[in-house]
Amino acid sequence: MVKRHDGRAADEMRPMVAKVGIIPNADGSAMFSFGKTIAIAAVYGPRTLHPQHMQNPATGILRVNYDLLSFSVADRKKPGPSRRSKEISKVTEWALAPVLNLEEFPNTVVDVEIYILQADASTRVAGINAAAMALAHAGLPMKDLVTAVAVGKIDKELIVDVDKEEEDFREGEGATDFPLAKVSTKDEFTLLQLDGKIQPDLIPKALDMATKACEKIYELQKAALKESIGGNK
Amino acid sequence: MSAMNVSNLTKEYLVKLFAENKRFDGRKNFDLKDFQVEYGVSNKAEGSARVKLGKTEVVVGIKLQTGEPYPDSPNAGNLMVSGDLLPLASPRFESGPPKFDAIEMPRLIDRMLRESGFIDLKKLVIEEGKNVWTVIVDIYPINDDGALIDAASIASVAALRNAKFPGLHENGKVDFDKKTEERLPLAEEVIPLSFTFFKLRDSIILHPTREEEEACEAKVTFGVSYWKGQYMVNSCQKGMKVPFTRDELETISKMLPEKHEEIVKTLRTKLDENQKA
Repeated sequence: MVKRHDGRAADEMRPMVAKVGIIPNADGSAMFSFGKTIAIAAVYGPRTLHPQHMQNPATGILRVNYDLLSFSVADRKKPGPSRRSKEISKVTEWALAPVLNLEEFPNTVVDVEIYILQADASTRVAGINAAAMALAHAGLPMKDLVTAVAVGKIDKELIVDVDKEEEDFREGEGATDFPLAKVSTKDEFTLLQLDGKIQPDLIPKALDMATKACEKIYELQKAALKESIGGNK
Repeated sequence: MSAMNVSNLTKEYLVKLFAENKRFDGRKNFDLKDFQVEYGVSNKAEGSARVKLGKTEVVVGIKLQTGEPYPDSPNAGNLMVSGDLLPLASPRFESGPPKFDAIEMPRLIDRMLRESGFIDLKKLVIEEGKNVWTVIVDIYPINDDGALIDAASIASVAALRNAKFPGLHENGKVDFDKKTEERLPLAEEVIPLSFTFFKLRDSIILHPTREEEEACEAKVTFGVSYWKGQYMVNSCQKGMKVPFTRDELETISKMLPEKHEEIVKTLRTKLDENQKA
């Protein structure tokens, strides 16, 4: 078995927090954290898309923006979009799109804004978990939720929910970061990215590990959504 | 051939064809395109290669620069991958600020090369903490007929193997007039390559033509290499809205070693020819 620096089991995630309805101005909003990684997301729309020539009369459009806040990382991140954030925005858009039914809202856009307050790896998957809740909170018709987690490989061992120290592991076969998102109740993967060194036959095993982890995260997402509508406190 | 989307009629026909494991050009779904490698695209580049994968053509040039290392890696040189989708290569490509595909292409090749350990960046140090080599891989498609990333990966490997260090001035700056015979520090057996699998309904294909690629609804790119006696996946990225199922991904990952071997078999002879030249 792997020894993780914080004593977690290989299939154990960091303590997670999910909260819905954190930004009053937004049509939907949520936060999600894996340990020290904190992501917040806001949804605005469906609203009329401008400029008009970008409108699609057949369907509404999903538009995602992901970025790190400048103080969320050790070396201050220069504000404004980077190639990294543009790429993550696009793959996040693709990760969320399959559960939405925007055909019912022609000529509109649904804007999803995801920001990372504090980064300790796994930021894009934390952002996806927050964004999926925010979309549901906005009351959009959805076929399912989307749930995401980063599977990792340290030397030869698979783990879930990679943190920064694990991401920087350099010995043996090094560290592999394998962020994944799936349709929450289906065997369908909507985001796959990977960096590192992993044997091809470990990929199905990593997918199964992600699926198990996502089941737990999904319960948390559902609980947070329920609390936002019925938790009469 | 103008920039037109694939018609619904063609798309539906392709759905039927792929389901029967057939394609317009006679290949089966996972059959690769033939490819050719040429060197010497530009004698101003430290290394260069032109790869034709079917009708897709990509040129890659390697430039070498010297400079201060990054503070977090004082004992290593740098790798930089860039490129653009020039309007020269396809009616679909437009001039102006890079769109997503143009941002993604060099990033996918960067991750594939970097994570495979193909280039030994530690051997690119001229003076520790002060002066190191930066290897720049510039990728330009000349004609896009599908499977651009896969073609770019072959061309990048070929161009890197083709590169020779330029000379150095006494002050540590590059002397481009002085050529050396020294090759880049590359791991002989690693050979990183990309494979992009395209999905249309329930079928998956490799090395699409432009028409096939445009009909497809999802794609996933895997960067694969051979490292210490075993195959390794070094990078992966899924694209477009439609998901991949677990079983599809298992089928794909099982296929990676044999497809890597198939390309390497041909590529090795081309690389050996280059090494003798």
